[in-house]
Amino acid sequence: MLNSGISVLTEGSNLLRLMGGLLITARIALIAIILGSLLGIIVGLVRTSKSRVLRFICRFYLELFRIIPILVWLFFVYFGVPGIFDIHLEGELVAVIVFSLWGAAEMGDIVRGALESLPKHQIESGKALGLNFWQLYRFVLLPQATRRMLPGAINLSTRMVKTTSLVVMIGVIDVVKVGQQIIERSILKEPTSSFWIYGFIFILYFIICYPLSKLSKKLEAKWES
Amino acid sequence: MGINWEFVITALPLYEKAAWLTLKLALWGILSSLVIGLLCSIVLYYKTKGLAPLVRGYIELSRNTPLLIQLFFLYYGLTKLGIVLSEQTCAIVGLAFLGGSYMAEAFRGGVESVSKSQIESGLSIGLSNLQLIRYVILPQAFSVTLPSLGANCIFLLKETSIVGAIAIPDLMHVTQDLIGMYYQTFEALLMLVIAYLILLLPVSFFLTWLERKVRYAEFGN
Repeated sequence: MLNSGISVLTEGSNLLRLMGGLLITARIALIAIILGSLLGIIVGLVRTSKSRVLRFICRFYLELFRIIPILVWLFFVYFGVPGIFDIHLEGELVAVIVFSLWGAAEMGDIVRGALESLPKHQIESGKALGLNFWQLYRFVLLPQATRRMLPGAINLSTRMVKTTSLVVMIGVIDVVKVGQQIIERSILKEPTSSFWIYGFIFILYFIICYPLSKLSKKLEAKWES
Repeated sequence: MGINWEFVITALPLYEKAAWLTLKLALWGILSSLVIGLLCSIVLYYKTKGLAPLVRGYIELSRNTPLLIQLFFLYYGLTKLGIVLSEQTCAIVGLAFLGGSYMAEAFRGGVESVSKSQIESGLSIGLSNLQLIRYVILPQAFSVTLPSLGANCIFLLKETSIVGAIAIPDLMHVTQDLIGMYYQTFEALLMLVIAYLILLLPVSFFLTWLERKVRYAEFGN
């Protein structure tokens, strides 16, 4: 009985549809990671700035995302924001917005940690050479900080990829939703299809996330020595 | 925009019940993942033959897959093989499966922070393996492990928000129901956020306080 169930994966265009769903998931994750990293660098710079008010605002922003679960954020933006501002938001757009904001907050913390770990004489030497603010960050601090923040940033990306599985809860047709559709269609014919489909999606996520987390560990070990 | 207070008051008991359920599931999940994590880290520490690769495989599998998929697999997939779990058991098993690996990593980090000379001295005065763990490793590893254990607890409590997906009437589920039935979207979402803040803020503050205490005990500052 189990052996017959696996055929549900290859039947018709099922495999192709699952991959199509995975592409949506990957698109959300990719856009959010890129946007989050760019915004995160700005947040990180602000968090190492001298202004106490700005630092506090950014810290508060980070804590908001750390305390409140991402699923709650997705619900809030998907169900709440359209009602308040009287606009229509697609589930996928909501996902990109929430994941980017979350990524920016966490990335900001990673950038801050990396910048603060740089020895102080780097800044002082840069200033002594007469570099201005942008030159200092562009040529001295950011290149060095990048090395230190890469393992954390990759780790964050893995977490974001994993969390994209939640978008099914706000009506995005992602890989999980496509899987559910396939199960619902074939459940009478193949009672074990849910085992195979969910097992397959489980492995799909593993295949994407495992190399990322291995890479992050490798980089960490390499730069620690 | 006005808040419909009447609705808030009628919905309040629902949220209270759901919050307790969320807390209960999270607590069981955290406790079982602590046990799993401790067992896994002991197996890894002694490099037990046969078991160690298994544990390493479990850790990678659990850390690199989303909880939602783990829950769907447990709840919808395994029933078809004759393994039928109730929704709540499923949620706890899922949380334990996810949390176990995070806890194991936290314990491992702590154990690795105990210097080799400590362990060698312990062995040379004739402590058994169990005594070594109980009197030398655990007390020292504790203060290093505590911050990451605390972070894991908050992480698991937050992850509990996902169990609504397998028909458990938790906070998310109640909110979704209320939005669907009464269209009081804003009130329902507001109560959802406040409920999570009530659950998570005290834990967060307590852990920060505890961390400071432990650091004081260790370093005196």
